[in-house]
Amino acid sequence: MVFEDVWLAFDQTEVLRGVSFSLPAGETKALFGVAGSGKSTILKLVLGLVKPDAGRILVLGEDITQMKEEDLFALRGRIGMVFQESALFDSLTVRENVAYRLTEEHGIYDDDIDQRVRESLRFVELEHTLDLFPSELSGGMRRRVAIARAIITHPELLLYDSPTGGLDPVTSNTIIELIMKQRDVYRNSALLVTHRLQDAFTMATHEFNPKTNQLRALPRGQYCDVPMSFLILREGKVVFDGDVRRLAHTQDEYIREYIS
Amino acid sequence: MELISPTEFAKEKVLAVQDYVMLSLRSLGNLFRKPLYIADMVQQADLIGVGSLPIVVLIGFFTGAVLAVQTANTLQRFGSITLIGQLVSLSMVRELGPVLTGILVAGRNASGMASELGSMVVTEQIDAMRALGTDPMKKLVTPRVISTVFMLFFLTILSDLVGLAGGLMVSKVLLRLDARQYWNNAWQSLVFQDVFMGLVKPVLFGFIIATVGCFYGMTARGGTQGVGRATTQAVVTASVLIIVLNFFTTQFLMNVLSYK
Repeated sequence: MVFEDVWLAFDQTEVLRGVSFSLPAGETKALFGVAGSGKSTILKLVLGLVKPDAGRILVLGEDITQMKEEDLFALRGRIGMVFQESALFDSLTVRENVAYRLTEEHGIYDDDIDQRVRESLRFVELEHTLDLFPSELSGGMRRRVAIARAIITHPELLLYDSPTGGLDPVTSNTIIELIMKQRDVYRNSALLVTHRLQDAFTMATHEFNPKTNQLRALPRGQYCDVPMSFLILREGKVVFDGDVRRLAHTQDEYIREYIS
Repeated sequence: MELISPTEFAKEKVLAVQDYVMLSLRSLGNLFRKPLYIADMVQQADLIGVGSLPIVVLIGFFTGAVLAVQTANTLQRFGSITLIGQLVSLSMVRELGPVLTGILVAGRNASGMASELGSMVVTEQIDAMRALGTDPMKKLVTPRVISTVFMLFFLTILSDLVGLAGGLMVSKVLLRLDARQYWNNAWQSLVFQDVFMGLVKPVLFGFIIATVGCFYGMTARGGTQGVGRATTQAVVTASVLIIVLNFFTTQFLMNVLSYK
């Protein structure tokens, strides 16, 4: 995925001012920045939910800048998105929410879809919630269902908008583990918007071990082996784009203050 | 309250009209694109049509009844009390049936659509739907428009019928008129132009109700307060448009059908 000099304004307010960065296949990039710096907007741009005023965006090898909405629907089928407040359909059950994309494609809910729904919910350890409505779930469970919904079609690119925002530390760790599981087991590319630096540092210094089903701390010298990078936005501009080692050694005062 | 310049205000209004026209055209254009979401259309038809049935029947009946009561005195003065069936049938079929049913359904369903879609917008469910590869215009707007047009057509016919029954009840019970004479008079006074006018109106009104409701819902901003505002605006705008459009439709059809 590539952003090339992307500009965007809402009314008179410039949200993005010449943002350029790229996300190589299989890498997870954590997006940081103060509130209103344009992090969530970048995710919406990737999905084509918002169009840039200027610049070019390439997603999964396709230029989406001039793409028609009809064509974007097909591309979005290859992308999974976890929204800030989960955005589950409140009139549908967990089963229907997770199966949504598949039932839209196939027209009916059959055994094959049911199996995939259960598989996806098992991944987030919520198989028992199949027939519950989103209002009957806790905040953390809703996020996990949103992850299950996003990964059911095994998308090539995953977008997470503050998946741990407003959650307690234990639930946050569970969510981060799931994101790392996706990264290290399925090798998905991902953009992760977060306010929690510790989450991103955990992701940069640990890897998911599928045998033990737990996180494993990496030795200091292996941090750069993890496909993880950081991007920091300030007033609509990219002020940092690099891995954890570069971030730790940056001399930029704003960034040092931000990560301290 | 923030004051905006007249130019900005005018621009906003023109843009809103443009967006409304686009939404209306797309809602019809989607009929020729797959998928058609037949199940959603049936569900909406049930909600709009069957759900509105009791109030439409009740209001239709008592409107016909009060029409008979109010006009009986005047007709008696001119010795034309036998024409009461004609008066009730013409009033109900040409004007009161379509307009009252339209306003009732607007109050009940335009508000429902605006609040339902508005809630989905502010909780990012519409964005989630787009992100999951579904066109909300096809899935949410088109079924509502088609179902409202279809059901309002039949609700209006029903309203006309029970309105005539209401008039009959007053004529028979209170005015001691012959029931057969009432029905013959009511039936024979109706000509093609009356029925045509009475059936064109609900089609137009149904389209107005659904598109206005969906437009305000899809453009709702500002959380729950915004949803409340959208709901009120949808009912007011749909009702006003029905009244205004009724006048122009009547005038137009009278000229086209060379109606006296």
